[in-house]
Amino acid sequence: MKINIFLSENNTKMSIWMPFVSGICILLLAATILNAVLDNYSIHIITIIGIYIIAATSLNLTNGHTGLFSLGHAGFMAIGAYTSVFLTYKVSLRAAYNLPVLPTILGGAEFQWPFLPALVAGGLIAAIAALIVGFPVLRLRGHYLAVASLGFMIIVASLAKGMKGITRGASGIQVITRYTSIWNVYIWVAITIFIIWRLLNSNFGRAMLAIRESEISAQSQGINLMKYKLYSFVIGAFFAGIAGGLYAHFTRAIRPYEFSFTMTFFIVIMPIIGGSKNLYGPVLGATLLVLIRYMLKPIEEYLGIYGLVELIYATLLVMVMILRPEGILKEKN
Amino acid sequence: MFFGTSYILQQLFNGIVLGSIYALLALGMAIIYGILGLINFAHGALITMGAFCFYFIFSDLEWPFWITLLLAISFGGLIGYLLELIGYRKLRGSSGLSLLITSLGIYIFVENLAKLIVSPQPYAFNVPNFLNQIINFYITFRVIDLFIIAASIFIMSIFAIFIKKNKVGIAMRGISENVETAKLVGINVDQVIVWTFVVASSIAALTGFMWGAKYGQIGYDMGFMPGVIAFVAVVIGGIGSIPGSLVGGFLIGLIQTFVVSFLPTGWSIYRDAIVFTLLIIVLLIKPSGVLGRRESI
Repeated sequence: MKINIFLSENNTKMSIWMPFVSGICILLLAATILNAVLDNYSIHIITIIGIYIIAATSLNLTNGHTGLFSLGHAGFMAIGAYTSVFLTYKVSLRAAYNLPVLPTILGGAEFQWPFLPALVAGGLIAAIAALIVGFPVLRLRGHYLAVASLGFMIIVASLAKGMKGITRGASGIQVITRYTSIWNVYIWVAITIFIIWRLLNSNFGRAMLAIRESEISAQSQGINLMKYKLYSFVIGAFFAGIAGGLYAHFTRAIRPYEFSFTMTFFIVIMPIIGGSKNLYGPVLGATLLVLIRYMLKPIEEYLGIYGLVELIYATLLVMVMILRPEGILKEKN
Repeated sequence: MFFGTSYILQQLFNGIVLGSIYALLALGMAIIYGILGLINFAHGALITMGAFCFYFIFSDLEWPFWITLLLAISFGGLIGYLLELIGYRKLRGSSGLSLLITSLGIYIFVENLAKLIVSPQPYAFNVPNFLNQIINFYITFRVIDLFIIAASIFIMSIFAIFIKKNKVGIAMRGISENVETAKLVGINVDQVIVWTFVVASSIAALTGFMWGAKYGQIGYDMGFMPGVIAFVAVVIGGIGSIPGSLVGGFLIGLIQTFVVSFLPTGWSIYRDAIVFTLLIIVLLIKPSGVLGRRESI
């Protein structure tokens, strides 16, 4: 089965590109207005929301649409973050911050990559890592992926601590140039949602949904389980890498323990609360949870009760699981 | 690099001590997975709760050691019962994924509740002096190490008898074979599931005490890694096989100890990472684990 995500039977080229172009226009218009109206802090929050929308939407490709449960997203984000930072780091600062210069094959000592290619390179490296981990793990039925991908995240965090030569170990990398802005984040948001929307409306997406509903019946329809599971895992990892790169160039400092279980949990519950069978569920979930975080943070710090935000997340999660297992937004028919 | 015999023996002993803890945890994970098909992330929370329960009763209220230990174990059992009643029972019949997500939520809830109530700082864990006595007999160890090994062997033997001879134990095996058939022959599935959680959780609470006594400090997030590693032990040993999960636990304990003691110092930060690398290798080569039933792929 040949996959062409841009063509499927009942769509003309026009009806595919129109939503994308108009979506980008609306997003950029909204960003312009917000940029003019709001203060820096609000812009900061909106940008963070965008980054988490990319992460949550891409995670939902495996967790919501294919029915595989991955907990390794923070690991892929870490790979994207470290790779892109290593490539874009300013030549003049490398010596002062103990970061080696680029080897000849990547442009040599006098070269620092522009942001976009470095970001994409980070995504690609994350995708390759997903391919290597996914191959042994996705062969099995059941939820082995949950533990194996969590393990993957721990391996990545340990390597980030251990490979001091290129990651500076536990102290992390500081003074990263801030390339990320509300503009490029929301262009990536549009690209991510567009690609996943097209995927879901293609043969590929129907195969994924079939796998989610029943692996046995999907297999009996001639769907190659391994191929589609691996594709969705790898594509998800690519966008996680992009989100990681955007995150690193936004916060301007990365440390290994940032990409931890807490972050993975934060991203994993976004689609579940927003509605994991709906394309816009993760968008809603990410917006909601980031807003909750920024609203509660002052209370948490004022009262000195650290852990309050996570406590509310966990309560929300368990309540959603018991009362409304499909999340806030339902599946679109 | 050359290591003397006594050093190797010493590390072997340390590995067995750590392995005993993992094996006990893996036992609980294995029976829950066997019956519900659930990777119970909340298992780690019971480790933390058991350790803090012991800490507050023993250090703050200064109750006698053995009573405190029994209370901590029963507290674990009680929490296991409540979690089953409040959380998992409501989800009976929904997909395995919702159970998994709920257990994740419960773990995060407990971890952050602990963080909120006690503090983000680790606590020094006191045990009675007789447990800290050092013994030199070819190798050096403390009484607590012997206690851990002895308690593990004791619990494993009791459990072996329980699962073979006791009515509930036999019912557990029946359910893990096939839930529908178990219902047909008149087994009260809900009751057996409650028992499974109570047994697994009280063992986890005991390992919380062991962990604290072995390392001398406890913290709100202490249970996470042992809990996850216990499931890795189950997978490596072979899903569906209780002896397999024990073998997996001991294997991981030995490997982690050897990584720290026989490899250069820089390697010790990889002690958890190596466990998961091993998991991926096992899944690649022999997905059914060391002693597991054949899993169809």
